[in-house]
Amino acid sequence: MKDKFIDLQTRKLMTGSIDRRKFMMSVLATGLTVPAALSLANRAEAATPKSGGLFRMGIAHGSTTDTLDSGTSENHFTLVNGYTFGNHLTEVGNDGQLVGELAESYESADGQTWVFNLRQGVEFHNGKTMTSEDVLASFNHHMGEDSTSAAKGLLTAVKSLKADGKNRVVFELESPNADFPFIVSDYHISIRPAGDMTSGIGTGGYIVQSFEPGVKSVLKRNPNYWKEGRAHFDEVELISIIDPTARQTALMNGDIDAMDRVDLKTINLFKRNPNINIMEKTGTAHYTFPMRLSVDPFDNYDLRMALKHSIKRQELVDKVLLGYGAVGNDHPISTANRYHNSDMPQREFDADKAAFHYKKSGHSGKIPLSASDAAFAGAVDAAQLIANSAAEAGIEIEVVREPKDGYWSNVWNNDAKGWCACYWGGRPTEDWMFSAAYTNDTEWNDTAWKGTDGSKKFNALVKAARAELDDSKRRELYYECQSLISDDGGAIVPLFNSYVSANSKAIATEDNVAANWDSDGAKCVERWWFA
Amino acid sequence: MHPVLKTVLGRLAMGFVTLFVVSIIIFSSMELLPGDFGQAVLGQAATEETVAAFRRELGLDQPAIVRYGQWIAAALQGDLGTSFSGRNASGVDRSREVIDLVAPRLQNTLFLASVAALIAVPLALILGITTALYRNSFFDRSVNMATLTTISFPEFFVAYILILFLSSLYPIFPSLANVDADTQFGERLFRAALPALTLTLVIVAHMMRMTRAAIINLLASPYIQMARLSGASPSEVILKHALPNAWAPIATVIAFNLAYLVVGVVVVEVVFVYPGIGQLMVDAVASRDIPVVQGCALIFAITYILLNLLADIIGIVTNPRLLHPK
Repeated sequence: MKDKFIDLQTRKLMTGSIDRRKFMMSVLATGLTVPAALSLANRAEAATPKSGGLFRMGIAHGSTTDTLDSGTSENHFTLVNGYTFGNHLTEVGNDGQLVGELAESYESADGQTWVFNLRQGVEFHNGKTMTSEDVLASFNHHMGEDSTSAAKGLLTAVKSLKADGKNRVVFELESPNADFPFIVSDYHISIRPAGDMTSGIGTGGYIVQSFEPGVKSVLKRNPNYWKEGRAHFDEVELISIIDPTARQTALMNGDIDAMDRVDLKTINLFKRNPNINIMEKTGTAHYTFPMRLSVDPFDNYDLRMALKHSIKRQELVDKVLLGYGAVGNDHPISTANRYHNSDMPQREFDADKAAFHYKKSGHSGKIPLSASDAAFAGAVDAAQLIANSAAEAGIEIEVVREPKDGYWSNVWNNDAKGWCACYWGGRPTEDWMFSAAYTNDTEWNDTAWKGTDGSKKFNALVKAARAELDDSKRRELYYECQSLISDDGGAIVPLFNSYVSANSKAIATEDNVAANWDSDGAKCVERWWFA
Repeated sequence: MHPVLKTVLGRLAMGFVTLFVVSIIIFSSMELLPGDFGQAVLGQAATEETVAAFRRELGLDQPAIVRYGQWIAAALQGDLGTSFSGRNASGVDRSREVIDLVAPRLQNTLFLASVAALIAVPLALILGITTALYRNSFFDRSVNMATLTTISFPEFFVAYILILFLSSLYPIFPSLANVDADTQFGERLFRAALPALTLTLVIVAHMMRMTRAAIINLLASPYIQMARLSGASPSEVILKHALPNAWAPIATVIAFNLAYLVVGVVVVEVVFVYPGIGQLMVDAVASRDIPVVQGCALIFAITYILLNLLADIIGIVTNPRLLHPK
C-alpha cells in the first residue's frame, strides 16, 4: 500500500503534475526519513527526460559513399543517422519488444495477409501528411527488378501490397511469416514521402540541416514530432571519427558527448576517466568461423565435430574480447533473441572428443584457416589461439593471413577458401538470422550447408516455424533448429561480442537500453537526454 | 624569349606529359585492386544481382581501355566525372560530381596547409639564418636538437603529445578539428590550431637545416671574405650577401614541404578528424570510388608540378646569371 502510494507520487513528480515540495510532503507523510525522500526525489528527477542541448556523437563509421537513401544504408553511421530523421512501420523498443511506430497496430489472421493500420496525422518534415501512398512508395523503393536496395532480399516474400484507404496498408506474402512485423522494422525500410526517397525527408524527431558524407550530419529537433517522450536534444551533430584514439580523446576532452566502439585494448585506462560511463550490452552480434561443406575436408561431419570440440571458447572471450562478450554454442541465436535455446549444454574444449572425431574422419595433414582483421578485430589472434588448442588434440591447423582488402569478395563465402573468419551483426529474429545465413536459399549461406540430412530437416523446420503463430510451438521448433546448426552445421560460433560504447556522465538514459544494435538500438539520439 | 617565360612554358609542357603518365598509372593501379565498388558499398549485403545492377549502371561492365578513354577525354575538358556514391537505379540519382566532393575538402586542406606554412616557413627561415649566424653556439645546437627531435618522431606521436598537453591536461585547443563549410574564420583557425602546429613541428627542421646549410656553404666563398674585409657586420654579410645566392636551394626545399602539406597529411587528418582531401582519397580507395581517386591523384600531381615550377622560377629570378644569360 505504502509502496504503491510512493510509486504514484513518483510518477506524478516525473510527469510534472506535482512539484518537488509537494512530493516531499506526501512521501514524508508515509513515514519515510528526509534523506530517503530526498534521494527518491533526485532519482525521479534524474529519470525525467529534460529537453535541450547540443548532442555530439562520435561514430566509428561513415564514408563518402554514404547517402540519405536508406536503401544503401550499410554502416553504423547511416544507421544512427537514418533513425534520427526517419521512422518505420514498427520499431524494436528498448526492452527488446516489437511495438508499432508509424503503424499504430498490425494484425494477421493466418500469417500470410498482414494489415498495418497507420498512425493518423503524422507529418513529414516538408509538411506533407503521411498516408498509405507514401508507405507503398517507400516499400516499392526496395522491391522490384532494378532496385539496388540492400533490403531487396528481405522483401522478396512480399507478393503484393496495396492501400486500403488512406490509413491502412495490406501486405500479401508468398507464404505465412509470423515475423513479418519484425522485418518491416529493418533500418533500410524507412518511410519517406512518395516521390522523394533520397533527400532525407522523413517523419523522425530530427530534421536534417546538413549532411556531408563521411564527415558529419547536423540535425535540429523536429518541433512537430508525433512520438511522445522522445527526441529531447535541441540540436544534434553526428561526427564520423573512424580512428578509435581520436574518438576516445574527443570524449575525454569533452569535444563529443557519446561514442560507439570503445577500443578494448585501452578500455582499462579509458575507464579511469571520472567523466565518462562505459556501457556494455550483449546483443546479437557474433564472430564465426564458417567451414564450407562444399570444400573438402569440411564435408565430413566428424571433422567438423572435431574442430568444434577443439576450441577454448572462454579463452577466446578473455583474450580476444578482453572479457567483453559471451561464449557461443555454434549457432547464431543469442541470449538477446526471444527463442534462445537455453537447454542445450554448452560445448566446451574436449581434447579426447576432438581426437576421437578427428580419427574417425580419417583426415590427415594441415587444415588451412584463413583469417584477417577485416573479419573482426583480433581475428588473426583468434585463429592462432584455435590452432594452438587444436594442436593439443593432435589436429594441425595452418593459419593463413589474408589481405584486408577485398576480404569479403575473395575469401569469405567463396569456395576458394574452405574455412575463414567472419562476423555477423545478428538479426532481431531467429527466422531472419536463419534465412540470412543458414537456409539453403540464401546467397550468404557461408557454410554451404545444403545437402545434408540435418540441413534438409533444418530448412523444413524453419519454414514450419515461420508460419507458426503459436508461441510455444515456435519455441520448440527454433530450439531444434539451433541444435541442428550446432551439431551438423558448418559454423563454429565461439563468441558473441558485446557492444561497448561510452558516453559523458552528463548523458542520461532510461533503465532499459536496447541490445538489438550498438548505441541503444542505434536510437540513442531520440532516446537519450542531458541530465 | 625571356628565360623565365621559357622555363615556365617548358615546365608546363613537361608537367602535362607527367600528368598523362600519372593518369595511366593511377587508372591501371585502380584496375589491379581486388573487389569493386558494388561489392564495397553493399558490403556483406551484396548479392550477385544487386552488384550486377550497380556495375551495369556505372558502366563498369565495359573494357578498361574504353573507360580510360572516356575518362581522360572528359578530364581534358575539365570534367572529373561523377562519384560512384549515391547512385541509385530506382530513385533519384543523388551521386555527386567529383568536383563538388573534392572542392570543399581541397579548400580545407589548402586552409590547413596555408596556416601551417605561414607559421613554419618564416620560423624555419629565421631559425636557419640565425643558426647560420651563430653557428656552433649553444643556441645553434639547441635549435638543431629540438627540430631534429620533432622531425624524428612520427607525425601521430607529435600529434598525440600536443593533444595531451594542449587539449587534455591544459584544455586550450580542441582535439577535434572537424570544421565544415559554415565554420567562421576565427573558429576555423582555432580548431585547426593543433593540426597546424603538428605539421609545423614536422616540416620545420627540413627547411631550417637547408637554409642553414645553404648559407654556411656560401660563407666560405671568396666574395663573402671580401664583404667581411670591407667591414660588413655578420648579419649584413648573411642577409645582404649570402642569402640572395642561397634562395634557389631554399625555395626548392620549401616547395617540397608545401607540396607535402597538401598531399601527405592523411595521418594528421585522421588523428584530428580534419575533413581534408587525404582522408577523402583514402576513403575513396577503400570503397573503390574510382573517379574520386583519380580526381584526387590528378590534383596531387598538379600540386607537385606547380610548386616545383614556382621553386624554379624563384631560383631563376634570384640568380642574375640565370635571369640574364649571355
